[in-house]
Amino acid sequence: MSFSISKQGDIVVVDVEGQLIVGNRQELKQKVLDELERGEKKFLIDFSQTGYIDSSGLGVLVSLSKKIREQGGELRLANLNDDLQTLFELTKLDTLFQISDTRERALESF
Amino acid sequence: MAKPRVALDVEIPSDVKYIEHVVELAARECRELQLPARKCSLNLPVALTEALSNAILRGNAISNGKHVRVRALVSDDALIFDVVDEGPDFDIMAENIDPTTPDNVMREEGRGLFLMHALMDRVEHIRGRGNVIRLTLLRE
Repeated sequence: MSFSISKQGDIVVVDVEGQLIVGNRQELKQKVLDELERGEKKFLIDFSQTGYIDSSGLGVLVSLSKKIREQGGELRLANLNDDLQTLFELTKLDTLFQISDTRERALESF
Repeated sequence: MAKPRVALDVEIPSDVKYIEHVVELAARECRELQLPARKCSLNLPVALTEALSNAILRGNAISNGKHVRVRALVSDDALIFDVVDEGPDFDIMAENIDPTTPDNVMREEGRGLFLMHALMDRVEHIRGRGNVIRLTLLRE
C-alpha cells in the first residue's frame, strides 16, 4: 500500500495503491496536508488502484475535505470501483464528495 | 450437517500493521469457499478490519504484550469470525450511531460499528476472557 503524488497543471493528484485503512491513513493525510501547506488548492484522489477503505480511511477523507475547504480549496474523487461506490453510498459520503467516473473527467471538472 | 471446521486461527500483536495480512488470509479463505465475490472483496475485508482495529486500539489499547486472536469457523451455511482481545469489558453495541444522518455525515469518526452491521449478516459482542466480536457472513 502506498500513495503517489503528481501534478496535472495546478491540480495535485494522489493515487491510492492498495488499501486505505487504519494502518496507513495518517500517511495519506500528512501528504495532502503538506501540499495544502505549500499553497496547493486543488486536489484529486484517484482510487483506480485501491482495494478497500475502512471507516478510518473514510474519516480521513472527510477530514481532508473540511481542511481543504477551510483553505478555499477543493477535493474531488475519481475511479471508485463498484465496491467503493457501495461503501460511499452506504455511508452517504457520496453526497458529500464530488465523484467522477474517470480521472480525465475529474480533472476537467475543476 | 457437517461439523464446523476451523479455517483460520491466528494471533497478532496489538499493532495495526498486522491487520492487512490477516484480512488477506481471511479473504483468501472466503474466495476458496466460493462465497459471492462482493462478500470477499468488500463485506469481509471492511468488517474484519473494523473488528481488528477496534480490538487493537480500544480493547487492548495498543498494549505491548497483549494480543488479538482471530478464529474463523466454516459451517454449512456461514463463515464465522471471532476477533478476541484481552481488554476490559466495554459495551461496543451502545456506541452505535447512525453516521448517515445530516448531523453525523461530516463526522470523522463513528462509522466502524455501522459498517460492521451493514456489511455482515450478524454482529455479536460476547464477553469471555476478553471481548469477542463475532462476525457472521452467510454463504448466500
